[in-house]
Amino acid sequence: MNTMKLIHGIYDDEEQLLEGVERVRDNHFRIKEVFTPFPVHGLDHAIGLKRTRIAICAFIYGLTGAGLAILMTWYMMVSDWGPIDIGGKPNFFYYQNWPAFIPVTFESTVFCAGHGLAITFFLRSWILPGVSPKNPDPRTTDNKFLMELEVKPEDEARVVAMLRETGASEVNVK
Amino acid sequence: MSAIELNNLKYDFTAKSKRNLFILMGLGVILLILGVVMNMGHEHAAVDAHGGDDPRAHLGQRVWANLLVNGFFFGAIALAATFFYALQYAAQVAWSVVFQRIFSAVSTFLPVGLIIILVVLAVGRFGGHHIYHWMDQSVYDISSEHYDSILAHKHAYFADAFFWARIILFIGGWIMYQRWARKRTLEEDLVGGDSIFKKNITKAAIFLVFFGFTSSVFSWDVIMSIDAHWYSTLFGWYVFAGMWIGAIITFIMILLHLKNRGQMEFVNASHTHDLGKWMFAISFLWTYLWFSQFMLIWYSDIPEEVVYFQQRWEYFNGLFWVTMFVNFAFPMIMLMSRDAKRNKHYLLFVGTLIFIFHWCDTFMLIMPGSVGEHWGIGSLEIGMFLFFLGGFIFWIMNALSKAPLVAKNHPYLEEGLGHNI
Repeated sequence: MNTMKLIHGIYDDEEQLLEGVERVRDNHFRIKEVFTPFPVHGLDHAIGLKRTRIAICAFIYGLTGAGLAILMTWYMMVSDWGPIDIGGKPNFFYYQNWPAFIPVTFESTVFCAGHGLAITFFLRSWILPGVSPKNPDPRTTDNKFLMELEVKPEDEARVVAMLRETGASEVNVK
Repeated sequence: MSAIELNNLKYDFTAKSKRNLFILMGLGVILLILGVVMNMGHEHAAVDAHGGDDPRAHLGQRVWANLLVNGFFFGAIALAATFFYALQYAAQVAWSVVFQRIFSAVSTFLPVGLIIILVVLAVGRFGGHHIYHWMDQSVYDISSEHYDSILAHKHAYFADAFFWARIILFIGGWIMYQRWARKRTLEEDLVGGDSIFKKNITKAAIFLVFFGFTSSVFSWDVIMSIDAHWYSTLFGWYVFAGMWIGAIITFIMILLHLKNRGQMEFVNASHTHDLGKWMFAISFLWTYLWFSQFMLIWYSDIPEEVVYFQQRWEYFNGLFWVTMFVNFAFPMIMLMSRDAKRNKHYLLFVGTLIFIFHWCDTFMLIMPGSVGEHWGIGSLEIGMFLFFLGGFIFWIMNALSKAPLVAKNHPYLEEGLGHNI
């Protein structure tokens, strides 16, 4: 790996960044990562990222939340203390009073899906308390757009020229 | 696609389409007549079996109630289309600009639907049918045997002057805005510039406020007052959610038809995806309100409230639950994924299914109070529905063919065409 060169191309404008990303990809160089101050529309597609699977996670967490809520209401109202009789509606069976359990099930579904998603996102992108930031240049949290590439030493000059041509204000090679 | 090509796009309402729609309407009329003739015999049996003269068993009552169901269902779709059209301006939406002429065309059915509702109300007032029990003036008369103390308490609200004044105000206000909005969008094609657009934003915002209050009160007056003893505070929103989803489905169907004809090539998968999201989301809104209304009444179990659901449970058992289940579960399961919302077959299947079951929902709003246990879905109901459906589509498509398919001078058109999510 130490034969590879790490190049940082820094842009001032997201349109130029997108152009640069497309040019680099058209020439079959691998983009390691892009750091931007805000989500750039169409960038994930331009880098060639696969579609996120976080929606599938959300669905599974939601199902888990619904299942837990059903288990909880069944255990409390029917099994352990039950049949609890509220307002003349004894809970001999779960299905008898199912409408009463829907709000709880709904809230639990949303709770588990929401928290599960946030936690999954933090774990997947490793943004956790005490973790040192991976951001190579703090200016990308302000007004700069940074494209990180890994190229063979013989391609270095070509890629640097390519970045400069598409409007990079600064190119650093490491 | 260049701007010049977009300018010349017009919907071609072919003679073949017209013929098919006339066949649909004709079939509806035949079924309707068949239904009336077939039920003429049963009418006496129903009255005899229950003893005395129950107006809810009359065939005329059933026909009028059906007219109200269809007039309200299709008229409300046009009303929701007017609302949605105004919403796009008030929120300054760009993505929907590319097919806002569809919204505008659907809204042109508004006067027809509202006039049918008005006719049903007026005929009821003059004793032509007995859908609205409170229209019988003897219920307010303490010396009469029909005196009804609950309704007598609501006399001020149901008093002729107040009732008709507000109905005329609502209907007049909506039609005025709808016609104004339609005229302005066509004028923009000729004039250009953004002065019309700016004026539209202000008027749309004013209309939304007016609509917010009036649509709710209108649904009490026309639908909730059928069960005059009962009331629910979120009824207006519930009816509103129902009409909104109906309008969204109508837009999707027309859009798919136009795309199928190759006349809306500039509408991309992101546009369809967003309309699919609306169908998904409003289905949830509808279910949320259905359940909120049902759960509280079911739970507290207060006799004067629960009677509303008791009727539906007892006489409409299957339809009551199936309607809720289909309108909730099918959009949820089938439209949850991104790919499904971009797939015309999914949209077509779910849209058609829940369109029919939202008609059943409107049916369930009106029928239990007006015909009760003498209800049925026979050739009378199906015939009237088909007749209205044919007429509704005919009216909309005719309006669509009268104007260019794209609002070419809308300031957001360029942004809308590039919609990408």
